[in-house]
Amino acid sequence: MKSKLSIKNVWKSYGSVMALKETSLEVPEGEFLTLLGPSGSGKTTLLMTLAGLVLPDGGEIRIDGVLSTFAPSHQRDIGMVFQNYALFPHLTIYENIAFPLRMRRMPAAEIDRKVKRILEIVRLPHVAERFPSELSGGQQQRIALARCTVYQPSIVLMDEPLGALDKKLRDQMQIEIKMLHEELKTTILYVTHDQEEAMSMSDRICLMNDGQIEQIGTPNDLYFEPKSIFTALFLGGANMFPVRIKDQDTDFDTYEGPGGGMIRAPRTNDPRRSGTDELSIMVRPEHITLLRSDEHAENAAEVRVRNSVMVGPVTKYFGELADGTDVTFTQLTTAPTRSAISGDTIRIGWPAARTVVLPGRSVGHE
Amino acid sequence: MSDTALRAPLPARADSGLRSAKFRRLWPLLPTSIFLLIVFLIPVSQLLWLSIVDAGGEINLDHYERLFSTTLYFNVLKNTFSIALWTTLICIVAGYPVAYLLASVSPASRSGLLIWVMVPFWTSFLVRSFAWMLLLGRDGVLNQWMASLGVIEQPLKLMYNFFGVMVGMSHAMLPIAILTMLSVMQSINPNLTRAASTLGAGTSHSFWRIYFPLSLPGVAAAGLLVFITAMGFFITPTLLGSPREMMMAQLIIIQIEEMLNWGFAGAISVMLLVAAFSIFYLFDRVLGMSALTGGASYGKSRGRDGLLSRLGSDIGRRFIAGISWIGWGIGHGFHMLFRPKYDRPGGQRMTARWLVGLAVIIFLAVPTFFVIPLSFSENSFFGWPPRGFSLQWYEAYFSSAIWQEATLRSVGVGLSTAMLSVVLGTPAAFFLSRQQIAGKTAIIAFILSPIILPHIVVAVALFYAYSYVGLIGTNIGLVIGHTVFTLPYVIITVMAVLKNYDQRLDQAAWTLGADQARTFRYITFPLIRTGLITAFLFAFVRSFDELTIALFVSGGIATTLPRQMWSEALLNISPTLAAVSTLMLVFVAAIILIAEFVGRRSRRR
Repeated sequence: MKSKLSIKNVWKSYGSVMALKETSLEVPEGEFLTLLGPSGSGKTTLLMTLAGLVLPDGGEIRIDGVLSTFAPSHQRDIGMVFQNYALFPHLTIYENIAFPLRMRRMPAAEIDRKVKRILEIVRLPHVAERFPSELSGGQQQRIALARCTVYQPSIVLMDEPLGALDKKLRDQMQIEIKMLHEELKTTILYVTHDQEEAMSMSDRICLMNDGQIEQIGTPNDLYFEPKSIFTALFLGGANMFPVRIKDQDTDFDTYEGPGGGMIRAPRTNDPRRSGTDELSIMVRPEHITLLRSDEHAENAAEVRVRNSVMVGPVTKYFGELADGTDVTFTQLTTAPTRSAISGDTIRIGWPAARTVVLPGRSVGHE
Repeated sequence: MSDTALRAPLPARADSGLRSAKFRRLWPLLPTSIFLLIVFLIPVSQLLWLSIVDAGGEINLDHYERLFSTTLYFNVLKNTFSIALWTTLICIVAGYPVAYLLASVSPASRSGLLIWVMVPFWTSFLVRSFAWMLLLGRDGVLNQWMASLGVIEQPLKLMYNFFGVMVGMSHAMLPIAILTMLSVMQSINPNLTRAASTLGAGTSHSFWRIYFPLSLPGVAAAGLLVFITAMGFFITPTLLGSPREMMMAQLIIIQIEEMLNWGFAGAISVMLLVAAFSIFYLFDRVLGMSALTGGASYGKSRGRDGLLSRLGSDIGRRFIAGISWIGWGIGHGFHMLFRPKYDRPGGQRMTARWLVGLAVIIFLAVPTFFVIPLSFSENSFFGWPPRGFSLQWYEAYFSSAIWQEATLRSVGVGLSTAMLSVVLGTPAAFFLSRQQIAGKTAIIAFILSPIILPHIVVAVALFYAYSYVGLIGTNIGLVIGHTVFTLPYVIITVMAVLKNYDQRLDQAAWTLGADQARTFRYITFPLIRTGLITAFLFAFVRSFDELTIALFVSGGIATTLPRQMWSEALLNISPTLAAVSTLMLVFVAAIILIAEFVGRRSRRR
């Protein structure tokens, strides 16, 4: 598919601080791509260079094939939703939405038609004559969306657009943005630090860390096949065990885990994994099951349970291996739990296919 | 926000009567209200009354008939309006680029540039007028320079005319205009112009359609303040103008000091007051008073659908659309001609902003410094260039009993005024920033009215009131009179400090076992101390510089430093005034530095 947005080796520094290291990225037409990362990871800097609100120190940006690295914002074919919406307080909702159309010198009749249509799409046709301050947060959010999509820009940039909304409204707006995306078939670049939001909305996630791209892929890729400890820990819960490689088989590699236990993981051809490399094994808490005494699993361990917490649909268990390594796992809450198992020693197991080997050792994770 | 929940009034105990509960809530407001009632509201009302009754207590409109019967007084009225109007226009046009520059640069550059607006703001009107006399005079700096460059052969007449008055008045009012506009511009969300840019608006469109309309409340507020203040002004037109530029305030002074016609002076004051109120009324009709406090509310004021405001906004909309397309056209033409490729960074277009802004800042900051070399010269007249070096003018100052006495009195009155203002104003500021009561806006408007109305009206009113109770020529009279003007400033300053004070700190102290008194002693006071010191210094400088009240109330006996400078300037303007002005400049600069130092130290915490 054709590339709507193409970024080549773009970087930006503020004095001695490298806000964005050389970064390259291609975004195909119609994709919903999320820039995810902790604060200071460079995701907002990258978005701002695309919007033309921050000029990069080097590199090349093409929007729809047009070189726009240093073009002023208004010469780029983009739309942007700001964190607090940036609706013009002195203009009515109608005039706010008509603004980009007027800037493009459209005839009045066409402006009227387009504004009315987009107001229908965001289901707020009755607010046209109101001012932004007379709208609720969720309504302002929808108007901000309407304003930046009404002129069908090549690409829509969104800078943590749901950050100011409460949890319930945020969930609802996530669905609405998704629907709008499908209806208008726009290309969207979305910045957030909320991993759940990223997972539920994106076609692809671009996870950023320390001014560069850590990993880019579909939500499934990032969740099930993280390439680094950072990615594994950033998306969802993770158990992390330091291991050494022991044996390589045709299907499975065997590793020596904490306390000398053996752990099997899918065979990889990663050349870095020799006997001396520092490696870690990652297992998601929900992939661990409780084993009855007669049950077997590809990977198994004995865990002394310290305590458990019921958080609604799942119950979280916190325990430790024989050598004191922390283990967390979750089970579906099917009935009121007898939380009496604190202090018990139980057997857990997980499939080798859900075992991920990662380079490095995690430092100080919970 | 959870603020509202926190600010909910304490539940009144059922056993204590409603009245005492109400009193306990309202008492912080009482000192200020009673003070302003006695020394501001009653005297001003009395002035209104006096102007329409004769000695026998009968209603008598003779004074007003006289005011409109001759062209002399009508011309003064016309002068006053035209000078005030032109001053307002110049201050807005010249001040806007400075405020815009200050609002758009980095915070570091802003505080650097702001000093050069603050210095003239804090410098006495008298000193600044002297500086302009030195620059614009026949033997002044400008004439000397132009002559030596060969631009002119005969000295130009730059003062004692309309031009001189305009230069002096604009210089006097610019800092207020700039600071008022800046406060509104700083509250404009910078994301709005960015948003306009991403939506396809170029520099011209995003400025004229978004930034400019949003900054208009600041422009309106600045215009109103400058206009009202300028209407009651007399220092600059007296020193830099001729009788042709006489304004109403000067007429009042002449009537009181030379003609001893108090009733007529009262009538003129009332005219001035009426004019001020009419302007306020018009302002409110067209723009709404909320523009004054910087908080223009869009949408909520939909009731304002008068013909006047609709006409105004319609014309405004067309004007803005037109001018933004013109700007766009110029930019577009440039674009077509040069066809920039965006493969390398373009220059940032801040140059024009800097050029215009700096030019105005230089106009503001530089002139005053010309008095310094003159004060050390051997010249025996107030002219340029300074010759030789001597300290004779400082000797003249330090050896004169009159100057010494005036200086001491000004310092004493200033300190007492500042103290009284802080003591009276702080409780009121606490009340106004924390309690939600009906009519709060009206109370604030009442407290601010002494500084918004022409000062001379208040001075004349106090003069009458004092003559009944024998306070003329006393230091107490001066302190009370000055406090009328400094109290509103103190209340505003302390309110601004309290706005940033997290009340939950007090609540935390209460839950930790501190009673109200100890909470104030150990928590609240240390945190707002800097604000109180700033308010104190501000009140002191305002009182130290004050001339209008001193002119009437000192009665020629208890003369203050500005009053003495004023008398000298009218009699015989000599380099002694340059020496006194230099000392005042140094003094005020020292106070600004102290305030800055105190502020920095507290910000480090």
